[in-house]
Amino acid sequence: MNPIYASRRRRDFVVRTLCFVAAAFGVSWLGLILFTLFYNGLAGMSWQLFTQNTPPPGASEGGLLNALIGSIIMTVIGVGVGAPIGMFAGTYLAEYGKHDRLAPVIRFINDILLSAPSIIIGLFIYGAIVVPMGGFSALAGSLALAVIVIPVVVRTTEDMLNLVPNSLREAASALGLPRSLVIKRIAYRAARAGLITGVLLATARVAGETAPLLFTALSNQFFSLDLTNPVANLPVTINNFVQSPYAYWKQLAWSAALLITLAVLALNIGARLLGSERTAK
Amino acid sequence: MTVVAAGASGPALAVIDPDVPAKVAACNLNFYYGQHHALKNINLSIATNRVTAFIGPSGCGKSTLLRIFNRMYDLYPGQRVEGRVLLDNANILDPKLDLNLLRARVGMVFQKPTPFPMTIYENIAFGIRLYEKLSKSEMDGRVEKALRDGALWNEVKDKLNASGLSLSGGQQQRLCIARTVAVRPEVILFDEPCSALDPISTAKVEELIAELKTHYTIAIVTHNMQQAARVSDYTSFMYLGEMIEFGPTNKLFTSPSDRRTQDYITGRFG
Repeated sequence: MNPIYASRRRRDFVVRTLCFVAAAFGVSWLGLILFTLFYNGLAGMSWQLFTQNTPPPGASEGGLLNALIGSIIMTVIGVGVGAPIGMFAGTYLAEYGKHDRLAPVIRFINDILLSAPSIIIGLFIYGAIVVPMGGFSALAGSLALAVIVIPVVVRTTEDMLNLVPNSLREAASALGLPRSLVIKRIAYRAARAGLITGVLLATARVAGETAPLLFTALSNQFFSLDLTNPVANLPVTINNFVQSPYAYWKQLAWSAALLITLAVLALNIGARLLGSERTAK
Repeated sequence: MTVVAAGASGPALAVIDPDVPAKVAACNLNFYYGQHHALKNINLSIATNRVTAFIGPSGCGKSTLLRIFNRMYDLYPGQRVEGRVLLDNANILDPKLDLNLLRARVGMVFQKPTPFPMTIYENIAFGIRLYEKLSKSEMDGRVEKALRDGALWNEVKDKLNASGLSLSGGQQQRLCIARTVAVRPEVILFDEPCSALDPISTAKVEELIAELKTHYTIAIVTHNMQQAARVSDYTSFMYLGEMIEFGPTNKLFTSPSDRRTQDYITGRFG
């Protein structure tokens, strides 16, 4: 065999092996985490989780109902407030502001916000909402989540609108469509799957956030739908229960972790399906 | 027969053939992409219900010129025009002009087919709804008429609710033509409409252009000289941002008066 070709084959083999080992190393940890999670979490799976509130210390029965509902309420409000703001801002960046000097500034700030530690966002809402309102509340928790949702949706909205070919916008303008309708009826429509995917991924992102809720929604032992009061939620419940000495609380923490993981998994799969629909047209 | 240039002080709507009135006329038209002077002192007129073709090598400014007639350049900052373009004697470069109304009168078909991401029916009805409120049956009639005008009806009449994107490239382009015709413009601009199409689809689009000129004034930019010779009544040869020669298609292709035109149409450059 030609010696140059032979050495190239050897190098290819070495590099390929290294890549494979590195990939296997990374994935194996994820596998281990998921295995532990399912192993411990499945043991506590029962209807009780969805019908009973979190138990007092030392009790041997109870569920996660209040935490589940609290998490759902705050996620829905957070995404409901954050996603439209993010969509409008992303639309400005990709459509109206394309040639403005303000756009790069906003994009830069948004990128910083995107990578800001979520605990800082929690502290910000603590200072801005919790202190003036005189206490922790579900509303403050929702707003902290909204602040996390906004930069994610801004980014995905801008990226997805940038993928819409300009020829489509020109074609729509050539029919006599005003700019607003070109965006609403043509660009949004062409990017629809991508835009929804962005919102789903943002939802998945905030569903498991703990840090911003610690200083805002806190937690609550009881069932509460009052937005001005502290509310139980899955991430903070996990945080509290896992540190406790009570076996049943620890079991509930595992179950709650598994529930969040499954919900995030479902959201990601949904986003994937929508994404593949887009590429398949 | 000679080219009559419409100077600033000359007659506003000078035409090559005095029997055919001009629909669009450019007078001392200059165009800039930032610093780049892309069109230099263009004077010409586009005859009513005739096909006027623009040929020339890449970068000569023919598409740029076409995109002035519906002010497509207005979508982008840094592009600037000087001079006048008259549509039925009114200057369309007037900054106060309503661009959406202008574009409803001057339709455009692009190089790449651009069906909207909706059904075939909606692709047509969409544009109509912008300016007219029609009942369901009236709309059905208009959609059918437009698709017939676009020579597409027989191929799509059983799948009007299929996505416009499901059609072949040639069908998509005819859908775009039908969509343009549906809003009843007065002028239709074709920007290399066949460059992405196979020969059979190209032939269909060319036939279509020949039929459309009975009702519409047509301007077409093409890379393909045979196409210009086949479909147009008048041809303009452009080179490096200048209009070198403009005249009846027959004359321009058989006895061009400028050396550069002759070199280009005989394939010596371009």
